[in-house]
Amino acid sequence: MISRFFDRHQRWLFPAPAVIFILLMMIFPLGFTLWNSFSGWSLTAGRPNTFIGPQNYIDIMRDARFWNAVLNTFYFTALAMVVELTLGVAMALLIDARDYPGKRIVTSLLLLPMMATPVAVAMVWLLMFEPTAGVINFVFGELGLPKQLWIAGSSSVIPSLVLVDVWEWTPLITLIVLAGLAGLPSEPFEAARVDGASYWQMLRRVTLPMLLPTISVAGLLRFIDCIKTFDIIYGMTGGGPGFSSETLNIYTYNQAFYYFNFGYASALLVIFFAIVSGVSLLVAYSRRQLEV
Amino acid sequence: MTTSTASSRRRPRRILVNLLYALAMIAVVFFMLTPFLWMVLNAFKTPLQIIKLPPELIFTPTLRNFENVFGTQNFMRYITNSLIIGAGCTLIGLLIGLPAAYSIARYRQNRLALTILMARMVPGITFLVPLFIVFRTLGLVDTYTSLILTHMLVGLPFIVWVMVPFFESIPRELTEAAVVDGASAVRAFVAVVLPLSGPGIVTASILSFVFSWNNFMFSIVLASSRTRTVPVAIYNFISYAQIDWGGLMAAAVVITLPVLVLAIVTQRYVIRGLTAGAIKG
Repeated sequence: MISRFFDRHQRWLFPAPAVIFILLMMIFPLGFTLWNSFSGWSLTAGRPNTFIGPQNYIDIMRDARFWNAVLNTFYFTALAMVVELTLGVAMALLIDARDYPGKRIVTSLLLLPMMATPVAVAMVWLLMFEPTAGVINFVFGELGLPKQLWIAGSSSVIPSLVLVDVWEWTPLITLIVLAGLAGLPSEPFEAARVDGASYWQMLRRVTLPMLLPTISVAGLLRFIDCIKTFDIIYGMTGGGPGFSSETLNIYTYNQAFYYFNFGYASALLVIFFAIVSGVSLLVAYSRRQLEV
Repeated sequence: MTTSTASSRRRPRRILVNLLYALAMIAVVFFMLTPFLWMVLNAFKTPLQIIKLPPELIFTPTLRNFENVFGTQNFMRYITNSLIIGAGCTLIGLLIGLPAAYSIARYRQNRLALTILMARMVPGITFLVPLFIVFRTLGLVDTYTSLILTHMLVGLPFIVWVMVPFFESIPRELTEAAVVDGASAVRAFVAVVLPLSGPGIVTASILSFVFSWNNFMFSIVLASSRTRTVPVAIYNFISYAQIDWGGLMAAAVVITLPVLVLAIVTQRYVIRGLTAGAIKG
């Protein structure tokens, strides 16, 4: 009896547990956040959970620390993505260019930075960036380059954090592009070779245009993760020095779990959510245009 | 004649290109491995050796940092917590994710697939703030329940992402034949489909476990004394006035080593899992 009921309703019974999980853990929290964003709820200020209309949003628009976080988020994301996409594609082309024994080992090494625990990795970079005893400034000194403050300086902190992100995530782009290269048809390359095209001509006219869809997916994946980078920033600087590396994610975290301003943090979340979805949809849309 | 002179003229150039290629590859590998090398070297150094310049590459290693981490820091407890949460989130994730992925593959339930992948796209903090409020009200902060449930937000998308294309590649005739032979839908899934999906399930489990083991944001908010996980424990090292670099590096070795070994051993599957969604696009 029960088994026949299952047979007949397999279509919705199989995904039912997952759907319940989604409703409870994703859809409900999103709705709850939207609701909270119109409340003045704050534990530190001792304000109860009462409706205050769009006041939080008005306050956010006047909040200099919010605009600073927006700028930092886009600075970090743009810099990281440009460097990671350029290096990642270059590394994939480099690895793909030749066959030699041990090539598989190089590909498996690519996995290590992105699988390693980000907080642990952040601690190692913290030691390497250390201005007086750190190895990076030591090497800089030996090479006659000026020593840097790295994450301790307000203008060098974001590029330094980007360096860590580049180390951690460039391999993902490389792996995706390598898989894309392996899937390309060979005819266009043979045709180009018969026509006497040089390596650079082939790269520019054949390889890169055919890889464009793959590269844009890799870019979208990185964008989604870059804009919400938390572990390495919070682990290494906590948003400092001052607020110079405080991104939207870190600022919202601080509003929610340092000041316990649940209402204000919820409004920040709604804005953050809108930015991420907006840009993702834009990229997904333009990608569809490219493919047509 | 002409071809042989041309090729002999080209030979030095080819050697130069090969040399440049080798140098570039060495630079890439060096950049990727240096942080790991630094982590391991300093985990075996005394505090004085760590801040010594120029850094010593050859020295008498000490095990004191590891003794500290396991002796005074109660690190075994944190490792156990991380294992319980990682295993719990992966097992429950498989339990609800596998049938869902199968259903998505078989009945083309794309809207459900997109909703689950949304968990991958939306910043985790969007879920964390409201869930923290709920868990606080229910008294579930600092329990395995709240940590496993939130870590599933990370693990479940990986499981579905990896398994949907996998189930799509299994011919439908196989399950239909089983059903004709009198098997129920559940039995056909458990006895026919799952045994054919070994590699997919391995990939999905590894990704789900590793990203739970590595998770920092959910754990730092929801875990405190009773359920503290290893990433939170290592972060707490730097809240002291004087940073114990040796202990920090030893702890870093202890928590990254198992993950890296797991990644290397199963690399073929993991690479496929991490890039699958992107290639399918």
